[in-house]
Amino acid sequence: MSDDVILLGHGGGGELTRRLVAEVLAPPLANPVLAQMDDAAEVDLDGARLALTTDSFVVDPLFFPGGSIGTLAVCGTVNDLAMQGAEPKYLTLGMILEEGFPVADLRRIVADLAAAAKRAGVLVAAGDTKVVERGKGGGVYLNTAGIGVRLPGVSTHVRNAQPGDAVILSGTLGDHGIAVISQRQGLSFETTLETDAAPLWELVRPLLERFPKDIHVLRDPTRGGLTAALCDVTTAAGCGIRLHEKDIPIRPAVRGACGLLGLDPLTVANEGKAIVICAEAVAADVLALLRDHPLGRDAVRIGTVTDKHPGLLILETGIGGERILLPPAGEDLPRIC
Amino acid sequence: MIPVREALEQIRAATVGLTERAQFMEVCGTHTAAFFRSGLRGLLPLNVRLLSGPGCPVCVTPVGFVDQAVALAQQKQAIITTFGDMLRVPGSDVSLEQARATGAAVRMVYSPEDALALAEKTPAREVVFLGVGFETTAPGVAWTIKEARRKNVRNFSVLCAHKTMPQAMRALLVAGDVRIHGFICPGHVSVITGAGLFSFIPKEYKIPCVVSGFEAGDLAAAVAMLLRQRNEGRAELEIQYRRCVYMEGSAPALALLDEVFEPADVAWRGLGVIPGSGLALRAEFAAWDAERKFPGLTLPAPREPAGCRCGDVLRGVCLPPDCPLFRRRCSPTTPVGSCMVSSEGACAAWFKYGGTMDGVEDNMRNPSAGG
Amino acid sequence: MCLAIPARIVEVDGAVALVELDGIRRKINVAMVPDAVAGDYVLVHAGFAIEKWTAAQAEETYALLREMQGNPDGVTPAPETRRGA
Repeated sequence: MSDDVILLGHGGGGELTRRLVAEVLAPPLANPVLAQMDDAAEVDLDGARLALTTDSFVVDPLFFPGGSIGTLAVCGTVNDLAMQGAEPKYLTLGMILEEGFPVADLRRIVADLAAAAKRAGVLVAAGDTKVVERGKGGGVYLNTAGIGVRLPGVSTHVRNAQPGDAVILSGTLGDHGIAVISQRQGLSFETTLETDAAPLWELVRPLLERFPKDIHVLRDPTRGGLTAALCDVTTAAGCGIRLHEKDIPIRPAVRGACGLLGLDPLTVANEGKAIVICAEAVAADVLALLRDHPLGRDAVRIGTVTDKHPGLLILETGIGGERILLPPAGEDLPRIC
Repeated sequence: MIPVREALEQIRAATVGLTERAQFMEVCGTHTAAFFRSGLRGLLPLNVRLLSGPGCPVCVTPVGFVDQAVALAQQKQAIITTFGDMLRVPGSDVSLEQARATGAAVRMVYSPEDALALAEKTPAREVVFLGVGFETTAPGVAWTIKEARRKNVRNFSVLCAHKTMPQAMRALLVAGDVRIHGFICPGHVSVITGAGLFSFIPKEYKIPCVVSGFEAGDLAAAVAMLLRQRNEGRAELEIQYRRCVYMEGSAPALALLDEVFEPADVAWRGLGVIPGSGLALRAEFAAWDAERKFPGLTLPAPREPAGCRCGDVLRGVCLPPDCPLFRRRCSPTTPVGSCMVSSEGACAAWFKYGGTMDGVEDNMRNPSAGG
Repeated sequence: MCLAIPARIVEVDGAVALVELDGIRRKINVAMVPDAVAGDYVLVHAGFAIEKWTAAQAEETYALLREMQGNPDGVTPAPETRRGA
């Protein structure tokens, strides 16, 4: 690493994060399971086909429209499992609390966490609590690890995308990121937008059960948004993806906030959306199945995998031009000029 | 308003049989970003070439300004407040983002008023706002400074690097090292100053100017208007952005600028010191001028990164891919020059939206054929 | 250099106005457009209204924005309903 201290951008999920993992974290720990480098690791134990993942949550502010850090701590982890084609079963919960944090707020967070766990059908099976001195933490940091059981015959790794596949998005982009930013000090604005945080297993399970071989990739566009998620696909699968800007669903309020702050809605985080890449032959059925579920009502096909420009994610713009989408470098900074 | 498609047809018709490639400069960084983001740039015929100008405020801010801001945070324990774009601009030693990682207090704000509000909330700490931007941004900063005086907020100050557009454009024309057949003039600067600010260009230099809006339809129409002027042998100042630009500017905004600021000779990255091209706080506002308030900062010798051609890019002398560092040592993740930092910087725009490694320009026009 | 967007004024209180843009609301400064009243459209840059617009002028910008999104007729691609969860 050329930079010798950690920057906030190293946690942004973009190029800086990738390099931190590749250069500092992965080499000393290298093993075949870690080498999968997916949202969740596939492990087989005594014949059980498991998926294993962990995620930490440091969101600021802790509460935002539609949820809190507790909601995220469940959704983020169970969705990593679901996108691996695994039914989420158990979570562990690690808490780092800051001295002086109000217990009433902690109760709200844990209530959100419990509600989300119930909705996701998972049990919180073990936990740990540590307290740090006042001023050394952001109130509450959470970590959850999750374990799930993979559906047989299913593989949803990003490298599975094939030329000709349809790229389908389960709903509108950017709701979560903008709902959180709306509450941030210095940027605050009023909006009726709420986080889209939701567990996605029940949305994708019917697809996997009906088309186990034809669902090639599942991915949730969290940090770095749609752009980062699909750049992972083009890089891993060595093919290109062509998106149509006019088909990408974005709520007017998200567009408005992005206009105000100079953000790109395609790189804003989501916590309750799935990208489904599937064989063209089943695309219409997949769309119909997604739209049958409340979380997939706004599902729409946004593009196609192609062999024409390997490794490149290209957006056909609203006026018929083209623009290459590259993974965001780090945290996306609101800009004014 | 005409649809983009129609404007593109006009452009195509106007460029049939052009013997020399038409080179237009979009002065404003927001225009640069819009040309790329909308995909309009790639839809223009090959014999229309767009050059990016010195209208990206972050890009033209010299490295010494970042050094000053870092020093204020580190040596005076000031809270630095800034628009997001400045955070990653490399200083001689470190950027504000890197300084923040080692303990400096650096906060991003949406508006200068937010910085003043922070100062009122934290009376024990000095809050310094980084005043960067052109005529569009400076009036809001002027208002905020007046408000600080009215409320007698003594722990608020502005480190001022505001610049004004026309002198920089004149400097480009005087230097004459790039051939420009027309200017797409900044629309929102003109809202404040009035389009008349740019009338010296057609008058003295016989170069067509069109003040443009910021959507793809605006920009396509502006290019068509420049081509029409060129084909008809005219050099005039025209306004495409009629829905908010007039020959005269905004009287309240201009009054604010005049009351708080006075013209100053300031340095532009790539262009050097241009007389009268900056805005400095008038003496009566010295108490809110970070530079006067905190003399004697220890600053590193300003060091522009070796090999970086930001300066040439800002003058339109070269395109970003012509720089030896572009896509090699310099990327949005590890920016070497400021033009790679700002989302409006020409280098960042080329990197993000421009195309693949080789044959950038042709690839950009038709990426799917490039492979 | 100058990102600015049109927004509609909901209410004015001295130099401060609440503006709305596609369902988001924020307080901005309207000192530079002293005669602006509720219902007017303004061009907002860095928290300040820098110019007043007529509804027709604002609509022209909205139409151009829709054109850029590949949606010139203004039909929203996704239903604008709030999720109940």
